[in-house]
Amino acid sequence: MYGWIFRSLPGPLWMRIVLSVLLVLAAVTVLMVAVFPWVSQFNPLTDSTIGSP
Amino acid sequence: MARSTIDAPPEPRVGRPDRARRRRTPGQLVAQVLGELLITAGVVLLLFVGWELWWTNIDSSIKQEQALEEFFADVPPAAGPAPAGAGPDAPAPEDFGDPAVLPQGDLVGTFAVVYIPRFGDDYSRPVTAGVGTDVLDNLGLGHYPGTGAPGAVGNFALAGHRQTHGQVLDQIHTLVPGDRLYVQTRDGYYTYVFRNTEIVLPDRADVIAPVPTEPAAEPVDRILTLTSCNPRFGAQERIIAYSVLESWRPADAGPPPEIAEHVARAAGQG
Repeated sequence: MYGWIFRSLPGPLWMRIVLSVLLVLAAVTVLMVAVFPWVSQFNPLTDSTIGSP
Repeated sequence: MARSTIDAPPEPRVGRPDRARRRRTPGQLVAQVLGELLITAGVVLLLFVGWELWWTNIDSSIKQEQALEEFFADVPPAAGPAPAGAGPDAPAPEDFGDPAVLPQGDLVGTFAVVYIPRFGDDYSRPVTAGVGTDVLDNLGLGHYPGTGAPGAVGNFALAGHRQTHGQVLDQIHTLVPGDRLYVQTRDGYYTYVFRNTEIVLPDRADVIAPVPTEPAAEPVDRILTLTSCNPRFGAQERIIAYSVLESWRPADAGPPPEIAEHVARAAGQG
């Protein structure tokens, strides 16, 4: 899968490497900005209030 | 620039594994994609742990500093008497009578700052109305809606994370009876004395009652209650820290000498 993505990237090798790094960074950013905060609400290990079961 | 000469050769080389892969059976392809997805899932989970344990603290401390900035924009730190004689030999607290209490309607947004020297000299955390994840995950300490205001007869009850998201109450178990906890509002400074901690199950909502654990009783004391999760890195129980109001100083009188530097530092951030 990742091999296929890497091979489908355009340009010479250095450009593919740069593009893959950018893709990884974009994925990490989406995870940190949107996905993790949303998942975190359901993390019972950080519950610190009283009265919540 | 020198790199550009190296760039040319790889071109034909990338073509070859391409042809080699086409010979794979569908089963091998499925196994490879599945394997790569599973490795990805593992990496994402590790990233999440890193994000939760490390990044949320950085994120929260930035937001808390902004909240402190806003608080001190409304409440300029009173010049007050010179902060001299800090330390154990400080003069006995002066008596300013009954403390001024913020009306319930004013308990909105970030309305107070808590100083707990036991947690460190730079421990100044904003107190914001509400105990939802929007408050606790971003701004540190949250005030249970409907519980008392700082200095009020009854229970001024706060919640905060023990781990992650600023972990404002990480050190709650290090409080020693007699430790001072200071709360600053626009009206003044409230000095609470730590009394004891208690570990309870998460459904014990009566610990934030006006008289903790006795919901039916008529309140007489002015209590500050902190709640956080217990054990650290877990949430099977809650750790509750009770403190009782010792004294208060109106804003004009300046902060208690022993925290004058803390207040100046917190306000200086703004």
